[in-house]
Amino acid sequence: MAKRIDVKDLNLFYGKFHAVDGVSLAVPPRNVTAFIGPSGCGKSTVLRSLNRMHEVIPGARAEGKVLLDGEDIYASTVDPVSVRRTIGMVFQRPNPFPTMSIRDNVVAGLKLAGEGDRKKLDEVAEQALRGANLWAEVKDRLTRPGGGLSGGQQQRLCIARAIAVQPDVLLMDEPCSALDPISTLAIEDLIQELKKDFTIVIVTHNMQQAARVSDQTAFFNLAGVGQPGRLVELDDTERIFSNPSQKATEDYISGRFG
Amino acid sequence: MSTATDLNRPAAPPAFQEINASRRFKNRLATILVGGTFVLALAPLVWLLITVIAKGFQHVLNADWWQKSLAGLTSRQFGGGVYHAIIGTLLQGLICAVIAVPIAILVAVYLVEYGKRSRLAKAVTFTVDILSGVPSIVAALFIYALCITTLGMPRSAFAVSLALVLLMIPVVVRTTEELLKIVPDELREAAYALGVPKWKTIVKIVIPTALSGIITGVSLAIARVMGETAPVLVLVGYTTFINYDPFGGSMASLPLLMTSERLTTNEVGEARVWGAAVTLILIITVFNLLGSLISRLTSLKTK
Repeated sequence: MAKRIDVKDLNLFYGKFHAVDGVSLAVPPRNVTAFIGPSGCGKSTVLRSLNRMHEVIPGARAEGKVLLDGEDIYASTVDPVSVRRTIGMVFQRPNPFPTMSIRDNVVAGLKLAGEGDRKKLDEVAEQALRGANLWAEVKDRLTRPGGGLSGGQQQRLCIARAIAVQPDVLLMDEPCSALDPISTLAIEDLIQELKKDFTIVIVTHNMQQAARVSDQTAFFNLAGVGQPGRLVELDDTERIFSNPSQKATEDYISGRFG
Repeated sequence: MSTATDLNRPAAPPAFQEINASRRFKNRLATILVGGTFVLALAPLVWLLITVIAKGFQHVLNADWWQKSLAGLTSRQFGGGVYHAIIGTLLQGLICAVIAVPIAILVAVYLVEYGKRSRLAKAVTFTVDILSGVPSIVAALFIYALCITTLGMPRSAFAVSLALVLLMIPVVVRTTEELLKIVPDELREAAYALGVPKWKTIVKIVIPTALSGIITGVSLAIARVMGETAPVLVLVGYTTFINYDPFGGSMASLPLLMTSERLTTNEVGEARVWGAAVTLILIITVFNLLGSLISRLTSLKTK
């Protein structure tokens, strides 16, 4: 549980377009790292490359190394499916499976991997829903479809679904951007809880959110339209928001651009 | 202090105008045109239904109609039924569906999930387009040339089913393709992110999400091919006896019975033709209803 991530000189492409240039960074275990930066700077692309979801898009490819506790997830012998089983992901828009009940959504990962023991699945479902602070709200309607929940509940359902497969790392791609302030607060509280067991990387457009939830913050930027995105700096969140070492970071954070 | 007349008088000319006469006229004209074309389109359909029911419904009310064949009856004898033709229609349609539906769904899955815009996928789409434009008589003659002339098979119900397969595949490919396309990519990504392999994502997430629509499409396609006439005329002989064997012998079906009995120019032939028409319409309606019932049962629920 909770492994460290080291990214070494990662270059990401969409076909011929060079989207992200030479990113190197380290994410310690049991820690929340926030990716901030203007739109199009490649932060989501970097996040998606951390569990090999980047290559799902036709024409997309990655060069460089991403080490999970020293093991390169881009090594030629590694099955991307097994990488994604170890590194879970929560998306921008809540996306529960519409054909499944709340319970089946939570245990979908295990069930589709072949786990058939009902009792075990029920236990996992309860555990994951408790972990996602959703149990109290849905325990009486576990057999109802997941699509009937509110947006915030659906997003917590997706988090429960992601943690039910017991990953080492949890990637979150703007998990609160489609949610209201109350649901956002619930998710941010949840991130603080999850930090005890998981390594978390979160992309956010909301700098206050980055300041509230993360331990370290990475600022991404791009030199201009059509140019690849780069990592400007990575530092303790407190330092980034009070005394960043780069001028661009300070400009972005103080709202001078972006 | 003001009087009531002061209050009633507008302080300024009204800011909004009435709908002017020309717009009102255009609106009325458009309404009449839309309504008129609707009636125009509906009229032949209603007329056809009334004619068929008026001339044929009395014959299908008899229990014998659904249970007996025309075996041993001459063209001057009333009585008997079309059980032999109902069996033929259902058997040929079912065999066709069993062959065509899996092929068509796999083709659609390839086009949407694997082929994307590859050259092979484009070639497949093009072929399916051409196939969907092939007239049923051409499909029938192709099967005749392939199976009967070249391979030496006898004319049989199975040959009919093969011709129907050619007509059914493009329809089902098209509907399934469109339905798989509207399954949001977010669901596929959600499954991948859980460590679910691609094939399992397709089988357990993508197809179930689109299933309700696929079933509707398939049931409509079955209903369509059951009414096809050219393949049964070319590929199988007519008989008044019941035949359950799709590989051998003549087998009646409702369209074939209608075209054969049409040659009997007396009241008996007329009764058989119109009765068979009502029967065919009823069977197709039942199939459509069944399809929409199943699709409603499998449709996505939010509550």
